[in-house]
Order: sequence, then C-alpha cells, then structure tokens
Amino acid sequence: MNKRTANRLALSVLWLCAGTTVAVLGAVIIYVFVNGIGQLSPEFIFTWPHGVNAEGGIWPTIVSTLYVTGLAMLIVTPIGVLAAVFLAEYAVQGRLVRIIRFAADSLASVPSIIMGLFGLALFVETMHIGFSMISAALALSFLMLPIVMRTTEEAIRAVPKYIRWGSYGLGASKWQTVSRIVIPAAMPRILTGLILATGRAVGETAVVIFTMGQAINLPISPLDSGRPMTVHLYMLAMEGINLPAAYGTALLLMIMILFFNLTARWLLRRNRRMQG
Amino acid sequence: MMHVSADVREDTTRPRADKISVKDLDFYYGDFQALTGITVGIKERGVTAFIGPSGCGKSTFLRCFNRMNDLIPGTKVDGTILVDGEDIYAPGVDPVDLRRRVGMIFQQPNPFPMSIYDNVAFGPRLHGVTKKPELDEIVERSLERANLWKEVKEILPRGGLTLSGGQQQRLCIARVLAVEPDIMLMDEPCSAIDPTSVQKIEDLMDELKDRITIIIVTHNMQQAARVSDETAFFLQEKTGQPAEMVEFGRTAEIFTSPKDRRTEDYITGRFG
Repeated sequence: MNKRTANRLALSVLWLCAGTTVAVLGAVIIYVFVNGIGQLSPEFIFTWPHGVNAEGGIWPTIVSTLYVTGLAMLIVTPIGVLAAVFLAEYAVQGRLVRIIRFAADSLASVPSIIMGLFGLALFVETMHIGFSMISAALALSFLMLPIVMRTTEEAIRAVPKYIRWGSYGLGASKWQTVSRIVIPAAMPRILTGLILATGRAVGETAVVIFTMGQAINLPISPLDSGRPMTVHLYMLAMEGINLPAAYGTALLLMIMILFFNLTARWLLRRNRRMQG
Repeated sequence: MMHVSADVREDTTRPRADKISVKDLDFYYGDFQALTGITVGIKERGVTAFIGPSGCGKSTFLRCFNRMNDLIPGTKVDGTILVDGEDIYAPGVDPVDLRRRVGMIFQQPNPFPMSIYDNVAFGPRLHGVTKKPELDEIVERSLERANLWKEVKEILPRGGLTLSGGQQQRLCIARVLAVEPDIMLMDEPCSAIDPTSVQKIEDLMDELKDRITIIIVTHNMQQAARVSDETAFFLQEKTGQPAEMVEFGRTAEIFTSPKDRRTEDYITGRFG
C-alpha cells in the first residue's frame, strides 16, 4: 500500500469515527422527536394524568422535576461553591487538598442507583423524612456536589493571577480579593457548572425513584412526595401502557436539558467575548 | 493642572530626603538566594529607575517595598527596609495597610472585569468610602490625574477591559491614585503597550513625581534615561548566584560616567 492510499484510508477511518458520534446523537434526537412531537400540546404539558395515570397530561411530574431540581440547587450551590473557594484559595495545597479532590472525583463516579439506595436508607428510613421532595433533593445534591465543586474550583483557578495582584496591590485583604474580584470574575464559569449539574439532576432517574416515591402528586411543601418526569417515563414505557406518551415525556425532558446546556454554552461564550 | 505645576516649582526647592532606606537586604525564594547585600536610599518625590538584564532580581526587589512577595510561598527577607523611617518588615506591620500607601502598576495592564468607574472606586470602597458624591469626586480627580478623564468621562459605566492597552494602563494608574499612595511602584509598565501610549505614561510620570515617589523597573535604557532622576543597576553575575546592586547614582552620571565597568558594559550594549 503506498503512502497516498494509506493516508486516504486513515482519513476515511477518522471521518467515519467522528461521523458516528454525530450520527448517534442525531439518531436519538430524531427518533425521540419524530415519535414524541405528536404528543406535545398544551393539554399534555398542563393537565393531570387520568385513568391509570397513562392518559392525559403530565403536569404534576413536570412540577415535581422542577421542584426537586430547584431544591437540590439551593442545597448544593452554597456548599459546592464555598468548598471550592476553600480548596482553590485557602487550603494549603498539599495532601489534604489532594484527598478532598480525590473524594470529590470518586463521589462523581458513584453509580447513581447506589446514591439512591443511600438516600433511601438515610433520609427516607433512618431520618424518617419519608418519600419527599427534600429527601430526593438531598440525595440529588450528593450527585451534583462534585460537578459543582470541581467546575467552580477550575473557574476560580482560571482567574488570572495579575488581576488578584491588582487587588492586593490596592490594599485589599484576602477575603476582599476573593469576594469582590475572584468570585465575580469566575461567575460565568461557575454558573456554567451549576447549569450542567442542573441538567444532570433533571435527567436523573435512579436517585429519585428511591427517594421521591411514585405517586402522582403536585408537591407544595418539601415534605410532599411526587413523581418526576423520568420515573413517569419509565412507568409509561416499561409497563407498556402508553408508549406515545412516554415519547412525549422523553422529548420534553430532552428539550429541557438541551435548553440548560445551550444556556451554559451561551454564558461561556459571552464571557469569553467580554474578557477579550 | 495649572496649580499642580505651581506646586512643582515650590517642591523642587526643598532638598529631597530619603523616602525608603534599604540596609543589607538579602532575599530568598526557598533555598535560592535571589538578592544579596543591597543597601540603598531612595529619595522622596522623583523617579528612581531599576535597570539590568532579565532575571537580575530588579522586579523581586521592587516587590519587597509593598511586600507583594509575601504572596509567594517560601520567600524570605533578611535586612531592613524603612519607609518613612518605619520598618515595614517589623512584626505587627500589616502588609494590607502598607500596600495602601505603596501602590503598584504591573507589566500587564490588569483592569478588573468591571466598569471604568468601579475600577477606580474599588480602592476607596475597600477602605470604607461609600457615599456616592464622595466616590464620584475621587473617581473624577483620579482619572484626571492619570490624564484619562477626557477620554472616558462619557463612558464610565463601560467595562474597563473595553479600553485600549495604553488606556487600560492609565486606568490602573488612576485606580492606584484613588487610594492616595505616596509611593508608586511600576514594574515594566510600558512593555506591553504601544509607543504613543508609552509617551503618555512617561509624561504622566513626570507630572506625578512632584508629589509621589516613583520607582520604575524597566528593560528599556532610553526610558530609564528619559524619565528617572536616579538609577540603580542590578546584575546577576552567574546563574544560581544571587544578584546584587552594582551601582546607584544620579541618572545623568550613571549614563554618562558610570563608575563600575560592568555598568558601562551594560549601558553601552555589550551584554544584556
């Protein structure tokens, strides 16, 4: 085989592999879109299910999903961001920091079903909170914590040294520099991490099935149980009750996650433009 | 501007006392000794230039005056540095208070990612100024002293990073002036900006030096000759050895009749 043929062959293999990635994503999106678009209507989104919970709309499940995600964000944001500030700015860079970072990375790789089991054991059973928004939000926040912490830490480390020097040079204390310069400068990237974690939470199934319950319910108090979209989707599909409704739910879920990801990208881009 | 020049004439008649006195200064990065045995008196008002080849410790020395080196772990200072007769490395001296009196301009213009107004108001706000009219006045006065007011007075809410490189550096100078320091350290302030802006900053130094003691580190010998009243020449003779201050004196003398042969070699471009 001569050089030119080898070159062409290599190039086509690379093209094929890269193309596969795009094709898989495209196939999933198109499949769900084609099957689900017929379901999407204001009634589907804004009304309650009826019958054996397979007919009608999915409104309570959307509310449950958004409720638990919002609650989990409230829990995870302060803890994750402040932990990252401590790691990046205050902790003596050494063994302790490496251990904490390793713990965060390991936490990120714990299978979500185990996190769900843990949430069931700790919040639902031991602490007697029961199936509820708050149990699910706490368990979800475990899952989101490493994402938020690591992206925030990276964001803080990415703030150029010379900007900090400018602040110290004016007689700012460490906390003044961190709170007035470093965190605001890192904010777009911190938000990006938060949004990505949100996307993860919205799509999560295993954790919530263990901690939120399955009853169709419009949650008001954090102690109310409910059924998130992912669990509803699972029920609709696996019990073979209403496959079109399952696709409709799936499409809506994908649109929500896509929206979060696009928002994150937009924030990052805008930030890059502003910093020249 | 007019009354400032009146001050100048008055000021120049006063003899200039030492603003900073350095005695037997050694500086270490961990185990590596970067500077050895530096003794020098830097006069109040006027411009002192530090020159020398790259890596000769002049920036390190500059950062001793506002204890910026404290931010680098493992650094150590031996010897004394007096500012206005006070030992700035004595126990109990808070570097945060010191840096308010000893401002610093960096090689890379480093406006904060916030509006022009907020950049200048940052220092005063840190130190407790909160009233809007007072801040407005400080911002205007500082930008005016930095010769930037005319260019930005209509666009104060715009981001500091939208300005050109030279304007950004003058914004940083205004930001320092806003906390009213009496010493300003400039670490190669002109090496990242265009020639026209360099001219503006040099003119500005000439105006400011009547009230503020300026120390500038520069690679550019013409610049040192143009802007400074005194010059110190630093040299690290061998890699791994600490650098020392070879010669210090009036700029005119350093550049026309240096006493040390090494200074002469450097100035005439034989190395560096």
